[in-house]
Amino acid sequence: MSPQVRLANEIAVQFRHQPPDAAAAAIAAHIRTFWEPRMRAELMRWVEIEPESLDPLAREAARLLRG
Amino acid sequence: MSLLKEPDLGTPAKAGPATVTVEVDGLPVTVPEGTSVMRAAALSGIEIPKLCATDSLEAFGSCRLCLVEIDGRRGTPASCTTPVSDGMKVRTQSPKLEKLRQGVMELYISDHPLDCLTCSANGDCELQDMSGVVGLRQVRYGYEGANHLAEKTDTSNPYFNFEASKCIACSRCVRACGEIQGTFALTIEARGFASKVSAGGKAFMDSECVSCGACVQACPTATLQEKSVVQLGMPTRSVVTTCAYCGVGCSFKAELRGTELVRMVPHKDGGANEGHSCVKGRFAFGYATHPDRVLTPMIRERITDEWRPVDWDTAISYTAAKLRDIQSRHGTGAIGGITSSRTTNEEVYVVQKMIRAAFGNNNVDTCARVCHSPTGYGLKQTFGTSAGTQDFRSVAKADVIMVIGANPTDGHPVFASRMKRRIREGAKLIVVDPRRIDLVRSPHIEATHHLQLAPGTNVAVINAMAHVVLTEGLVDRGFVADRCEDFDTWAEFIARPENGPEAVEELTGVPAEELRAAARLYATAGNGAIYYGLGVTEHSQGSTMVMGMANLAMSTGNIGREGVGVNPLRGQNNVQGSCDMGSFPHELTGYRHVSDDVVRGVFEEMWGASLLPEPGLRIPNMFDAAIEGSFRAIYVQGEDIAQSDPNTKHVTAALTAMELVVVQDLFLNETAKFAHVFLPGTSFLEKDGTFTNAERRINRVRPVMPPSTGKHEWEIVAEIAQAMGYPMHYDHPSEIMDEIAALTPTFAGVSFEKLDKIGSVQWPCNENAPEGTPIMHMDGFVRGKGRFVPTPYVPTRERSTRKFPLILTTGRILSQYNVGAQTRRTGNVAWHPEDVLEIHPHDAEVRGIRDGDEVVLASRVGATSLRAVLSDRMPVGVVYTTFHHPVTGANVVTTENSDWATNCPEYKVTAVQVGLRHAAAPADAARDETVLPEMAE
Repeated sequence: MSPQVRLANEIAVQFRHQPPDAAAAAIAAHIRTFWEPRMRAELMRWVEIEPESLDPLAREAARLLRG
Repeated sequence: MSLLKEPDLGTPAKAGPATVTVEVDGLPVTVPEGTSVMRAAALSGIEIPKLCATDSLEAFGSCRLCLVEIDGRRGTPASCTTPVSDGMKVRTQSPKLEKLRQGVMELYISDHPLDCLTCSANGDCELQDMSGVVGLRQVRYGYEGANHLAEKTDTSNPYFNFEASKCIACSRCVRACGEIQGTFALTIEARGFASKVSAGGKAFMDSECVSCGACVQACPTATLQEKSVVQLGMPTRSVVTTCAYCGVGCSFKAELRGTELVRMVPHKDGGANEGHSCVKGRFAFGYATHPDRVLTPMIRERITDEWRPVDWDTAISYTAAKLRDIQSRHGTGAIGGITSSRTTNEEVYVVQKMIRAAFGNNNVDTCARVCHSPTGYGLKQTFGTSAGTQDFRSVAKADVIMVIGANPTDGHPVFASRMKRRIREGAKLIVVDPRRIDLVRSPHIEATHHLQLAPGTNVAVINAMAHVVLTEGLVDRGFVADRCEDFDTWAEFIARPENGPEAVEELTGVPAEELRAAARLYATAGNGAIYYGLGVTEHSQGSTMVMGMANLAMSTGNIGREGVGVNPLRGQNNVQGSCDMGSFPHELTGYRHVSDDVVRGVFEEMWGASLLPEPGLRIPNMFDAAIEGSFRAIYVQGEDIAQSDPNTKHVTAALTAMELVVVQDLFLNETAKFAHVFLPGTSFLEKDGTFTNAERRINRVRPVMPPSTGKHEWEIVAEIAQAMGYPMHYDHPSEIMDEIAALTPTFAGVSFEKLDKIGSVQWPCNENAPEGTPIMHMDGFVRGKGRFVPTPYVPTRERSTRKFPLILTTGRILSQYNVGAQTRRTGNVAWHPEDVLEIHPHDAEVRGIRDGDEVVLASRVGATSLRAVLSDRMPVGVVYTTFHHPVTGANVVTTENSDWATNCPEYKVTAVQVGLRHAAAPADAARDETVLPEMAE
C-alpha cells in the first residue's frame, strides 16, 4: 500500500467520532498543515487510480484539498 | 569535594517568611526561622569547624567538631543540629571550644593514615583542612592502638575507589545515598569501634549502588575518590558547562589539568540538578577523547569504496557541489537534512537555516520525530505551545505524582531523585506502565497504584480516568469555566459508557476498581502532577494520549501553579531545544508555521532569502521518497538513523537509494556505513553554545577544550551554505543566539551575556519575563483558553497473532544512552555489555527458554538474536529489550507503524515471536529471515 494512503487512512480513523463534514475538514486541514506537497500529490494520484483504497473520510478530505 | 570550592553553609536552607535575628560572635544576622546556628554563622561570615555537616544534607550531629557556646544554655551544643532562636547569642571560639575540638581531631587522626603528601585528596581534604583550623599540634593517643588502617580498598567500581582505611565514619556518603540519590545502597555496619561504611556487605559493584557519585561528592576525605583523580592528580582549573546526556540537563564543573579532563563535578548552582548527578553525566565522559573519534573529514564516491581523508576545504566544496548537482538534476526538493538533539541550539539553528535558505526547501526534520513529536502536537493543540509546563523544582510541591510511560530512575535519574524525595515526604505515586519499573517498589518508595496496562492501550486508560473524574463529580468547575473551552463537547464524549473503567478493563488489563481509585486520588489529593515519557509518545496514538493527559489535567485544575502540570521527560539533552529551533519541517523557530506570511516575511528579511510556505518532508517521508526516487540526498547531523529509527531494513534501503549521504558525527556510526561524506563533529566538551532541557531551561555549554577537529560544527554548516552560494557567516556562536532572539518571541530576552550573568533561564524569556518562566500557563494558556479535545481510543494496527503472539516493547537502562555511541565507549559497559530480552518466566517456559539462553526475536519485518533474561517485571505476553547495541539492532524488528498525527514510530508495540536460537547458527544468523520458519508458532 502507498505510504500516503496508509497515513491518510490512519488520520481518517482518528476523526470518525466527528460528523462527516467536520471530520473531512479536519483531516484536510491536518494534511495541509503537515504534509509536503509531493505527498499530497501522491495522495491525489491514489484517489484517481484506486479510490477504494482510501477511507471515505480520507477521500472526502482529498476532495476538499483539491479545492 | 571539588576543586572550585563552592560555599558550604553546613546545613540546608530553610524556607519560610518568618525570620529571627541572632548574634554570632557579636555579629547580628537575620535568618529564616528554623535555620541552624551553623548556617546562621556561615551567613554572617563565620565558618564553624565541621566534618559530618554539609549543606546538601540534613544535619546529623555526629562529629562533635562544630560545638558552640550559647548564652543562657548549658554545655556546648552542636551548631549543626541546634536551630536559632530570636535574640540568641552564640560564641564560636573560646579556650574551652578549642580544647574540645582539638580532642575530637586527635581521636580522628589517631586512626587515620598519615600519608597526606601522597594522598590523592591532598589539598582537597576536609579532614586535613579541619586539622589546620582547630590548630591540631599533637596526637596524644599515639598510632599504635586498635585502628582501621589495614582495611582493604574496594576498587570494583569502574570510576571510583572506596579506601576504607581513610574513612572517618561521618556518614555523609550514607546520607547522600539516601537523602539525595534515594537509593539507600550504603549503610553503617556494626556498632561502636567496629562501625564502618558498607555497601550492604558487598563490593560496590555487586551492591545496589547506581554510581551516581553523590557519595564521592559528599566524602570529606579520600575515602571515596574518583579513579581519575588517583591516576592524574588534582585538577587545576574548572569550567561550568552542561551535561550532554539526557533531557534533565545537569550543570557540571568540568575540572581539568591543562586541557585534560580529570572529572566532572555536579554544580550546586545548576538549576536542573542543584548539585546532583548520575553515572552517565558524572563519570561517562571518556567517549569524548576515545580513539574511535574521527577527527578528519572523509569522502568517497561509492559506499563500497574506502574512505579518503581530505582537508576541510575539499570536504566542504565537495559536499556543496554534490548537493547542487543533485538539485540541478532532480529538483530543489530532492535534498534535505536532519538536525540533532545532541548538538547545541546554535548548531541546530544553522542546519535548519542552511536547509531552508541555502537548500531552498523545508525538508528539515529532527530526531524528536522519533521520540517527542507527539508532545509537540498534543500540547500545542490543548495548551498552545510545545513544552512541559513546570520546572523540575515544582515536583517538591506535588501531592500526587502520576508517572506514565516513563522510567525516570533509568532514563532521567537526577529528576527521579527529586521525585523520590517528595514521595518519601508523603506524596502519593501512581505508575501507569506495562512494566513493573523500579519506582513501583523500591526502598522507601511504593506506588499507591500501578496500572499495569497492556501495551497500546494508553488512550483507553486515560479516557477511563477522565470518565471517572467527570461522572463522579470531581471536575474543577471553576477552573474549567474560567480557563478552558470546548469542555461540553469533550464531556459528552468522555461520559459515554464505552469510556468507563469497566468497559475497558478487559482491553487494558487494568482492574476497573484500581483505575477508579487512581483517578480519584489524582483528582482529589491536592496538587496532581503528570510526568511522562516515550511510553506515551511512541505509539500509534501518541499525540492522542498527550491530549488525553492534558484534558485530564485541565479537568481537575492541575495546571498553572507549582506542584501540578503535564511534563514530558525528554530523552536527549537538547530535544526541547532542537524542536524550539525550527527543526520541524512545518515550523520556524518558536513553533510558528511556515505558511504564516508575516512570520515568514520576518525570516526572509533577516536571512535575505525567499522561503517556501509549504511544509517539507518528515524523516519517515524522506525515507519513503528516497525509495520512491524523488529524494536523493540527506545531511544527517549527529543522529544514527540506521540504528535508532524503526524498521532498519527500510531505513538502510532508503539510505542506499540516495546519491549522497552526509554524516556529521563523532564516530563512524551505523549510518556512516551508507555515507559518502563524513564530517567529524565535536563533543560537548568542545562546543560553545546552549542546550535547552526538558523544563525549557536554557543552559550554557562552554568549551573545555578547543575542537579537536579544527572546526566548530556551526562553522562547517555555514561554510557549506556559503559554498552553495548562500551567504552565511558568524564570528561567534553568541551571534547565532542573538539572531535566534531577534527572530523568536519566546527567546527575545536570551543572550550569552545574560546566561553567563544569571546562570540559566527558562523560556519564554522576553520583555514580559526578563529572567524566564519557570511555570507556564499561570494566568492564562499560551493559546488563551485551554482547549479540551475529544480523544477516542483507536487500537493500533499492530496485533499479536498466532505467528507473532508476544508484544515487544523497547526502552533504555540507566547506564546506557540512546544508541550507545557514547556510553558504549566508556566504563559503563561494565553494567550493560549487551542488550538482553526480558521475558516472563511463563512465556519462557512454554518455549523451553532458560535464563541466559540465546534466543531469536522475530517480527513480521525482521529478526535478531540476543540473550534472554527471565523477569516478571512484564505481564505474561509482553517482552522487553533495549536498543543500545548495534550488534543486536533491536530496530531490525520494529515496524513502520507510527503516530497518526506526527509519524513518531510505534516503538512500544511490535508483535513478535521468541524462540531458542540453534546452537549451530552463527550469532548474526537471526538477521536472516530464513530462521523464522523454524520458530515455534
